[in-house]
Amino acid sequence: MKKLILTASLLAIAAGAASAQDVVRMGTEGAYPPYNFINDQGEIAGFERDLGDEMCARAQLTCEWVINDWDSIIPNLTSGNYDTIIAGMSITEEREAIVDFTQAYYPPASSLFMGMSEDFTLAGAVVAAQTNTIQAGYIAASGATLMEFATPDETVAAVRNGEADAVFADSDYLLPIANEDADLMIVGEPVQLGGGVGMALREGDARREAFDAAITSMKADGTLNALILQWFGPDAATF
Amino acid sequence: MFAFCTDPATLDPLRWFSCYLTNGAHFLFYQSFLVVFALLAVTAPVSLAFGFAAASASRSHILPVAWLGKLYTAMVRGVPDIVFFLFFILVLDQGIEYLRHQIACPEWAEEIRQGANFLVCPEARTPSSNAPQWVHEVYGFSLAVFTYAIVFGAFCGNVLYGAMRAVPHAQLETGAAYGMSRAQVFWRILVPQMWIYALPGLGNIWLILIKATPLLFLLGIEDIVYWARELGGSRNSVYQYPHPDWRFWYFLALLVFYLCLTRVSEIGLARLTGHLSRGQATAAGDTLRKAAT
Amino acid sequence: MICAEALQDYGLRALGIGERLLPQTDISLCQQIVLIGSGMMWNVYFGILALGFGFFFAVALAVAKASPARLIRKPAEWFIFIFRGSPLFIQFFMVYEAFVMLPRVGIEFTFLGVEIAAETRWFARAWLGALIVLFLNTSAYTAEIFYGALRNVPKGDLDAADAYGLSGWKRFRRITFPTTMRLAWPAYTNEAIFLFHATALVFFSSFPAFQQRGDALYYANYFADRTFNPFVPYPIVAFYFVVLTLLIILIFGRINVRLNRHLPNGQRTRLRIRPQLMR
Repeated sequence: MKKLILTASLLAIAAGAASAQDVVRMGTEGAYPPYNFINDQGEIAGFERDLGDEMCARAQLTCEWVINDWDSIIPNLTSGNYDTIIAGMSITEEREAIVDFTQAYYPPASSLFMGMSEDFTLAGAVVAAQTNTIQAGYIAASGATLMEFATPDETVAAVRNGEADAVFADSDYLLPIANEDADLMIVGEPVQLGGGVGMALREGDARREAFDAAITSMKADGTLNALILQWFGPDAATF
Repeated sequence: MFAFCTDPATLDPLRWFSCYLTNGAHFLFYQSFLVVFALLAVTAPVSLAFGFAAASASRSHILPVAWLGKLYTAMVRGVPDIVFFLFFILVLDQGIEYLRHQIACPEWAEEIRQGANFLVCPEARTPSSNAPQWVHEVYGFSLAVFTYAIVFGAFCGNVLYGAMRAVPHAQLETGAAYGMSRAQVFWRILVPQMWIYALPGLGNIWLILIKATPLLFLLGIEDIVYWARELGGSRNSVYQYPHPDWRFWYFLALLVFYLCLTRVSEIGLARLTGHLSRGQATAAGDTLRKAAT
Repeated sequence: MICAEALQDYGLRALGIGERLLPQTDISLCQQIVLIGSGMMWNVYFGILALGFGFFFAVALAVAKASPARLIRKPAEWFIFIFRGSPLFIQFFMVYEAFVMLPRVGIEFTFLGVEIAAETRWFARAWLGALIVLFLNTSAYTAEIFYGALRNVPKGDLDAADAYGLSGWKRFRRITFPTTMRLAWPAYTNEAIFLFHATALVFFSSFPAFQQRGDALYYANYFADRTFNPFVPYPIVAFYFVVLTLLIILIFGRINVRLNRHLPNGQRTRLRIRPQLMR
């Protein structure tokens, strides 16, 4: 279940050694549409795929995509299994302590509860969330009963089968699901969490500046906003 | 795949399914079945070799070698195989990198194990982080195969050791009486004869091995279980072929696949037993002899 | 007392009692030993209950498979083939998905009331769902063992029973069944051992760990992930399982002695533990 067991070693932390790398391995989850997912052709697709390819092109880096389970996605970065995480990861203080983030490429999004019935109160409820997400941390601190799953899909399935009263996740992930499934609806109040979504690199990795510059230039010429609107719909928050 | 697949949303169910089941993601799913067969094809002979070495070692007259052989074959008895799988793959990976680290950068001053991290110098990283993705995948698969071979080698060692003891002792003594050396008795009398005694046990291990292949998923290999879970999960309209949660049906397909594999193996093993029983001093061999006359 | 603090915090963690958060950093050896041991409770729970219920179902299945009536024999044969011929891992996945579908199917039968709906969700929990899978699985393996033993009951025993005027249920209970047990016991001991080993798969096969309440291997894997050091948690699990295995051999050995107590010394079957029944 965990790919980190395959390779457990750390790449040189020194910036000099890092810049000698000619291939950048981009780690993503591949199970969080529309951020990133495996499409019907069996390729990694989604907002972050398009964004990442564009960033690599602008930073003049050769990039390669790697899939890794969410719950081990940070340990595998620090141990050098790949060089970046671009997987809808919100920028938080706890994560900042372990990895370096680029500037946000997606503005702070609200998190929503999705359930099967309108009468939902957080206190005393059983809420499903994905392991190691800011949403899971929020539920654990709130006093509600947290049910953790390894993949986002399983959290939604837990609500459908009644195991959990609601699922708590990014609005961009939940809204398309709620819109298409008559049984599921958004319940409760939206919650603002995190400081936007950024790309994570190992601490001290010099390529962070290159990616940061690429995001800045994409923000400046409007390509980033165009991508956001393309993948998240016309109502999405832009820069 | 088909020309009419350009707009799946408009298709009737039959065509929709023929397009859905032949899209790129499904071809990766079908390819992953080859991973299972590759695992079986490589693991079976390697485990047999491990088992043979272990069984031979257990018969050794040098005590430490015999102990080593017996310890190895005994280890699978008390502990679940899955614990070994999860343990060995990590140990192998760290072991390889540790050895390469010692060779490639002896002057490296820092500790390798720092808290939660296992740090070796860049030259010792296996595979090199510059390597293309397929090298990473092949390396991961090889580690998995080796892990399987260690565990199943211990199983085979058990069976082969028993089979070696089952070969009639009088035959070995006859060999010695003809002036054969120990090695000659071993290779010319014991080894050719032991297979028929080993076959029921080895057949059993083969069936167990088949049933252990889905554990590849736990070792981080994108195998049939990974793809069944991935493709079966409910999909919204971001995908070309949206569908509800179909994981049950995908796992049902895997179940049927394994049942077929088991059945075919059972039939094949029955034939092999008949083949090997010819001319043997066993009840089955006797039956065959009587049937022939 | 060493480990007292860890024992207090995590001794019953696998049941959801104690510290809410698992140890994150500076994980001590004590915490690993205690938490993995706490998880062992689940392995023992699954093993004992599946084995206990499975025993009776297996006897029924074995008798059904030995039945001359096709209508009884065939279903038993198929049941045994399906559960012995496929990986337990896949069975877990499939049955979990089947149980997950239950309430959604149940929505069509709203007249069944709320109580039923509240109960069907338990099937998707490990404590019931995984137990059912293990129960069915061990029943199939055990039934095959019992079936083999049933066919090897000496004809003389049955003739003697006839001569004494025993027949039907009485003959089965007094003669056939005890002899079957005696013949099957060594193989059944193996099955018991490997069933306990199989319980380690539960939390790796889709049954979610509810608030991180898992079995021994679940915690061992957690520690291996956190510390990147497999040399501590896995040997701890191995140690626990070896102890458990020895306990099983001890208990089953006692029963074996009792089953064989009427036989002269030379004819008694001894337990030989062979790894032939792993799934």
